[in-house]
Amino acid sequence: MMAETAQALETRGDNETKRDFLILATTAVGALGAAIFAWPLIDSMNPAADVLALSSTEVDLSSIEEGQSITIKWRGRPVFVRRRTKVEITEAGSIKIINLPDPETDAARVQRPEWLILVGVCTHLGCIPLGQKSTDPRGDFGGWFCPCHGSHYDTSGRIRKGPAPKNLQVPIHTFLDDNTVRIG
Amino acid sequence: MSSAPQFKNPIVRWIDYRLPVFSYMHKEYRNYPMPKNLNYFWNFGALATIALVLLMVTGIVLAMHYTPHVDLAFDSVERIRREVNFGWLLQYLHTNGASMFFAVVYIHIFRGIYYGSYKAPRELLWMLGVVILLVMMATAFMGYVLPWGQMSFWAATVITNLFSAIPGIGEAIVTWLWGGFSVDNPTLNRFFSFHYLLPFVLLGVVILHVIALHVHGSNNPDGIDLTGAQDTVPFHPYFTAKDSVGTGVFLLILAVLVFYAPNFLNHPDNTIPANPLQTPAHIVPEWYFLPFYAILRAVPDKLLGVIAMFSSILVLFVLPWLDTAKVRSTRYRPLFRWFFWLLVADSILLGACGANAPEGIWLILSRTGTAYYFLHFLVLTPVLGLLETPRVPPTSINQPVLSAGAGPASSSHTSGDSQC
Repeated sequence: MMAETAQALETRGDNETKRDFLILATTAVGALGAAIFAWPLIDSMNPAADVLALSSTEVDLSSIEEGQSITIKWRGRPVFVRRRTKVEITEAGSIKIINLPDPETDAARVQRPEWLILVGVCTHLGCIPLGQKSTDPRGDFGGWFCPCHGSHYDTSGRIRKGPAPKNLQVPIHTFLDDNTVRIG
Repeated sequence: MSSAPQFKNPIVRWIDYRLPVFSYMHKEYRNYPMPKNLNYFWNFGALATIALVLLMVTGIVLAMHYTPHVDLAFDSVERIRREVNFGWLLQYLHTNGASMFFAVVYIHIFRGIYYGSYKAPRELLWMLGVVILLVMMATAFMGYVLPWGQMSFWAATVITNLFSAIPGIGEAIVTWLWGGFSVDNPTLNRFFSFHYLLPFVLLGVVILHVIALHVHGSNNPDGIDLTGAQDTVPFHPYFTAKDSVGTGVFLLILAVLVFYAPNFLNHPDNTIPANPLQTPAHIVPEWYFLPFYAILRAVPDKLLGVIAMFSSILVLFVLPWLDTAKVRSTRYRPLFRWFFWLLVADSILLGACGANAPEGIWLILSRTGTAYYFLHFLVLTPVLGLLETPRVPPTSINQPVLSAGAGPASSSHTSGDSQC
């Protein structure tokens, strides 16, 4: 009886479209479900809440002399804080930005000309450029020099020579008062 | 030769009737017909498998003593070296074993190029091999990060940063890879997870590689198809024996490294714990990545450098279609032979370039080397195949043996043939 019914249905053309539809719909829902479940797996690899929570830090500037730099750790990477000299400030402001690989004025990169605050990570492949200590090589433009692949940064942290595509990143920062800056 | 085996042991027979593993092994690894003219370069597939198994076995035990945490990883590896019973042996077998794995696989790849082993009908076999190379590289890189020394940390930083070159979404991808804003504990944890997973993926691809190999059988030094049983000998005992000789040499070299120069291929900087605030003055990858590192640094643009580096491996995927030659084996290609050795020399040159800072002569050499590498695959390989008139290969593997008759020279190593 069952076999006869099945055979009878099989011969009817409209049953094939119904079966096709069921197969297609089942496959589609299954694939969609798998795709949706993939997202929690993928997103779990993004920064966790506690990692994101560590996103700001305050720096005391009072002990930094003119021409001196300090390195602090923010989000697991170094931030350079340099109190620039008059010469360095004029140098950074005087060049024609049109010729730079990543044109930016010095004024757009600092809030107070004296204080240059940068993420100390080379924009090429993430090494830490040298130039924080007075004995370090500072490259051809008096700023920082990355020893890994030879990128030169100027006194505004802009890329001037070498493989790095972008200027050293300026982190979001706010001066809370004359001697304190909050990074992040 | 292909008749179904009759097993004497009744238990074996009982199992084989229900699950024919014994018949399968008999067919694929005992009676399996191998070209009888294979030379020692055909050892390297078996050697690579042995290296993989060695790495998996030592790795599973090492994982029992290793702690994937930024504060503990470095010390746990030092503890393995100093405190754990035979930990020093396992750890040195694991790192030097990885070097041996790459050495063996690189020779295996050059063997394939020399004898045209990638040509029809073995294109998929070859492409699976390139997949194996890529998975190996990912696994080796993540394993190198685990000891959490200075080189580990900065290798992880530089390599993950390669992905930041992707326009638009690059930064988001790198943050996702890190699980933070720099290489840190989440990165170390996931690298450990992947480093444990990927060898099993590798094993899966190796099995597919062997299945594909056993469809049309091994290529051979003459690069010609088998014409019948007279061209072959069974896998066992002929190649089990020949592979054993190679395995002995392989283990001997590994033993020399492990017992007499365990840190010869290591970098002293990696015995300094990772410091995210200071990059070592001279960072270089492990020797097996040096040519690719040289290609990366040869190109002055970041994105193009990354593309060139990945292309240097991806170009191998299309090699079967770039090669226009009528014959497989370079043995019958008097012109291409020169260019094959030039490619080998170029790869070694690129390795030397990768070990030196990209300045002065080294920058010029790495640019020349990179240009020649791509010239070889994209221009010389297709053009030479069309221009060159190859010598005529023998009509069968057995033919030179027969035509030589009682001649002493050419039939030397196949003299056992008459007994088959």
